[in-house]
Amino acid sequence: MHADPAVEVTGLVKRYGDKTAVDGLDLAIARGTVTAVLGPNGAGKTTTIETCEGYRRPDAGAVRVLGLDPVAQAGQLKPRIGVMLQSGGVYAGARALEMLHHTAKLYANPLPVGPLAERLGLDSCGRTPYRRLSGGQQQRLALAMAVVGRPELVFLDEPTAGLDPQARRATWELVTELRAAGVTVVLTTHQMDEAEQLADDVAIIDRGRVIAQGSPDLLRGSDAQLRFDGPAGLDLAGLRKVLPDAAAVAEPAPGSYRVEAALDAALLAAVTGWCAEVGVMPDKLAVQRRSLEDVFLDLTGRELR
Amino acid sequence: MTATDLTPRPGAAPVGRMLLAQTALETRMLLRNGEQLLLTVVIPTVLLVLFSAVDVVAVDGPGKRVDFLAPGLLALAVMSTAFTGQAIATGFERRYGVLKRLGATPLPRWALLTAKTGCVLVTELLQVLLLSGIALGLGWSPHGNPLAVLLLLVLGTAAFSGLGLLMAGTLRAEATLAGANLVFILLLLAGGVVVPLAKFPDAVRPVLELLPISALSDGLRSVLQLGHGMPWSDLGVLGVWSVLGLAAAARFFRWE
Repeated sequence: MHADPAVEVTGLVKRYGDKTAVDGLDLAIARGTVTAVLGPNGAGKTTTIETCEGYRRPDAGAVRVLGLDPVAQAGQLKPRIGVMLQSGGVYAGARALEMLHHTAKLYANPLPVGPLAERLGLDSCGRTPYRRLSGGQQQRLALAMAVVGRPELVFLDEPTAGLDPQARRATWELVTELRAAGVTVVLTTHQMDEAEQLADDVAIIDRGRVIAQGSPDLLRGSDAQLRFDGPAGLDLAGLRKVLPDAAAVAEPAPGSYRVEAALDAALLAAVTGWCAEVGVMPDKLAVQRRSLEDVFLDLTGRELR
Repeated sequence: MTATDLTPRPGAAPVGRMLLAQTALETRMLLRNGEQLLLTVVIPTVLLVLFSAVDVVAVDGPGKRVDFLAPGLLALAVMSTAFTGQAIATGFERRYGVLKRLGATPLPRWALLTAKTGCVLVTELLQVLLLSGIALGLGWSPHGNPLAVLLLLVLGTAAFSGLGLLMAGTLRAEATLAGANLVFILLLLAGGVVVPLAKFPDAVRPVLELLPISALSDGLRSVLQLGHGMPWSDLGVLGVWSVLGLAAAARFFRWE
């Protein structure tokens, strides 16, 4: 593995008119890893990725991809990267396999098109014009086009958005194999389970900056939480009284309860004891670590943007 | 599921191979598109046959009706492919992110534009063969220097390509679709294609003569119908349009 990162973004600023999309963003992505870039809509994920792909010129800051400037050294960089856009990118009248074959012809050592199309389920719709493909087929074609040139780094912008579970699985398998083959993968997603499953490293972007980065394990932390379901509107103050001072009690959704504290058997007994006292059966009682989604919501807030 | 060897082996294809593949793809896309074929093949052919056979428009100059009409419809063929067809196709490619996506491949931008030009030239060659064949069948007797004809067609293509790409690269795809068709019809009627410019009032004629379609149809007619030498003034008009159109397209074209 190379010591220098595959992607290195320092102090990136990108404005559209008077709106600042990316506001001093720093991000380093190690070679040979899968990195998931998470963030609410409008956080600056796509702008950041597209700056790395050479589509946008930074207003300030520096971007190096495989050690190259994506704009000034585009000619050297393009053959080495694979790109999957969020949507589009194919002639409306082009047939699926025709477009994949064409993309392959632009590279020196492309993957064999047939097996790639087969494993992504594109062989059955290979003669269908792009405009008549389903959304999922269009996504899978875009993914195939991103990897057919045998790149060392691929950028996948929401690769599984709108996919059915089978297609999502096929996409995950391909990403896992790319990583095993030494390809660096950078993907954006809104699906936290996808990031937890696939990513070595997660970067959470909000308001144009990276607000957290690390392995999913690191981000989830070691704090555990206790959850249970019951009737909505239980007396949380009463429950608080039987727990240690540091414990936090919440009802994030009606009838769904969460206790955050240093968990041990005594705490569990205190909670279930209180439930017995008030005559409530704690349903789906579970002790678990925070999920990546909890971390994400804690960091980026719960209100809609 | 078959295992695929995904080990990186990055590299661009030789530029000649990319150019050939891109030109072939662009040409296939054009020939597969029904509306484009209507514009590039059906309309010029129908006009040529109809107006040669039926005395609807008063033609000008010596020879048969087809001797006046054939040069005008060759000019129309160039406009339909280099301007209208190219503008509409490129406008929608821009809208659907095709230009953007190709921008992430090793294909350089100049090669993409060269492939588009190649596609236009291949289509024009087919159009010229088809229209000339039909015209000859209708008794057309062309005169003049083939080199002058070739020069006119090439400069006409450059002028219309610049204007078409300018439109495609700056307007919304729907606006390009509507605008390019409107311009096609206006220039068909007012650019000396089937209606002689001599039929227009003296006040507007000098302006109409400066249109690229007028320069192209007039130049082709002066060579093919009248057997004149190099039509320098028409070539000059087309040259100016080429420089202005291509420079403006290069300056203002937006890829996304």
